[in-house]
Amino acid sequence: MKASSPYLQDFTRGIVKENPVFVALLGMCPTLGVTAFIVNGVGMGLAAAAVLIASNLVISLLRNYIPSQVRIPCFIVIIATFVTIIEMVLQAFQPVLYEALGVFVPLIVVNCIILGRAEAFASKRPVLRSLLDGIGMGIGFTLALLILSAVREILGHGTILGPDPESAIHLFGANFEPMALFAQPPGAFIALGLLLAIVNLLFKRFNIK
Amino acid sequence: MDNNKMVVSSSPHIRSIESVQSVMTDVLIALFPAALMAVLLFGYQALITMVISVATAMLAEALWLRKRDIYSDGSAAVTGLLFAMVLPPSPPWWLVVVGAASAIIIGKQVFGGIGYNIFNPALVGRAVVVMSWGGHLVGRVWSQPQPFAFTADISAVTTATPLSGQEEALAVSLTNLFIGSAPGCLGETSALALLLGAAWLFYKGHIDLRIPGGFIGVVFVMGAVFGGGFYGGALTTGLFHVLAGGVMLGALFMATDMVTTPVTTKGKLIFGIGCGIITMMIRLWGTSPEGVTYAILLMNAVTPIIDNFTVPQQFGGVKKSA
Repeated sequence: MKASSPYLQDFTRGIVKENPVFVALLGMCPTLGVTAFIVNGVGMGLAAAAVLIASNLVISLLRNYIPSQVRIPCFIVIIATFVTIIEMVLQAFQPVLYEALGVFVPLIVVNCIILGRAEAFASKRPVLRSLLDGIGMGIGFTLALLILSAVREILGHGTILGPDPESAIHLFGANFEPMALFAQPPGAFIALGLLLAIVNLLFKRFNIK
Repeated sequence: MDNNKMVVSSSPHIRSIESVQSVMTDVLIALFPAALMAVLLFGYQALITMVISVATAMLAEALWLRKRDIYSDGSAAVTGLLFAMVLPPSPPWWLVVVGAASAIIIGKQVFGGIGYNIFNPALVGRAVVVMSWGGHLVGRVWSQPQPFAFTADISAVTTATPLSGQEEALAVSLTNLFIGSAPGCLGETSALALLLGAAWLFYKGHIDLRIPGGFIGVVFVMGAVFGGGFYGGALTTGLFHVLAGGVMLGALFMATDMVTTPVTTKGKLIFGIGCGIITMMIRLWGTSPEGVTYAILLMNAVTPIIDNFTVPQQFGGVKKSA
């Protein structure tokens, strides 16, 4: 990749090079907690991404007005506002997903990725760059959750698009006995560890630093 | 490791002809009586299970290390055989393949291969298959042994292990448990065969009696004290807990693994006692009938701490002042 404009870099950084899950190891709690099904993982990823983009935007707009002594409480208030909005939207329009994500939706408030980007990036950068950073990081987080939940759902349940039996597609036929380990919390850790190993291997192979 | 011509280490030095390969071959020899007993009790299906497991483990290791030499240092064969021994006698073939491959790859190679693994690879394999396909390994899935009926289909008659309840326990005598004629994992049922094998390892100096001693001793004492004496008195109940299930196999062959257990003598005793306590806590007060797997895995996890706190005083060294 050519070192091009800072705008493009701000956008692409979060997707691969500084992927919040696979490289920075941030936001492990939802990453491990809700990735038993692809639908849940992607839903979580998009919800967090929406909060991240909105909070990056607002924090960047207000960056010259927030006193640095109280910046963390200010960030939290802004983030919590958007989380509350997302929570209500989910509850109204996606009740099944809202039930499945459970406590992890309000916990987006303390998601390290969002707070980290606010502190390290949005509070010091102009609006457009913060927005691009938020979108990139949001895509990176969603992508990571998609990969992890795909591994876990395919191995742990033998399906994609579950758990709803109407939409679930059984990949391996009725006689397949899924590897239930990956549907359980220990399997989340093992799958994440193996994915991190593969990501590191690929980074080394393709010289991404 | 064999290629290193020069090894730098501190004195004193002792030249030994012992190598990883020779130790592992000794372990395989020591496991032979138990393997033979498994075939005598459970017939050809046990043999197939062991062959699949050993072959998968060796193949997985050779593929991972990109080596042509499939036996190599023999550790993969040992892992494969031990993994087969903690399975029911006739599990589905794919379960054996996935478990043995997980044992080698997740249990050993991702940590850096032999010498670097934290957990006993065979037990990692078992934990993976138990959590994944519990239906094949938990409950009334255990074949009744059919001695000397090599071609019999043992999966026809299944029952629960003696550990699953008092009724099942009282159905087998101590003699049966000692010889191995009781339902259970393929290689764990015969205490006699396991003791014969362990005697060989002890004679060759590969195992330290502190670990199995502490392990079995604690199981006996806790079985006698807390077991309720249902098996015809406190002492026989203690003995029952020693002979039933995986304590013998675990204590003699898995808790004595050189890589994943403490190196200090005091540490070894602590390790064995810890394994015994956790095993009996799971058996007596837990929801699962057997706890040897998790007992050893949990103690594997604290092995570095045990080693750290039991470093022996150097001869001639000065005591640290407080």
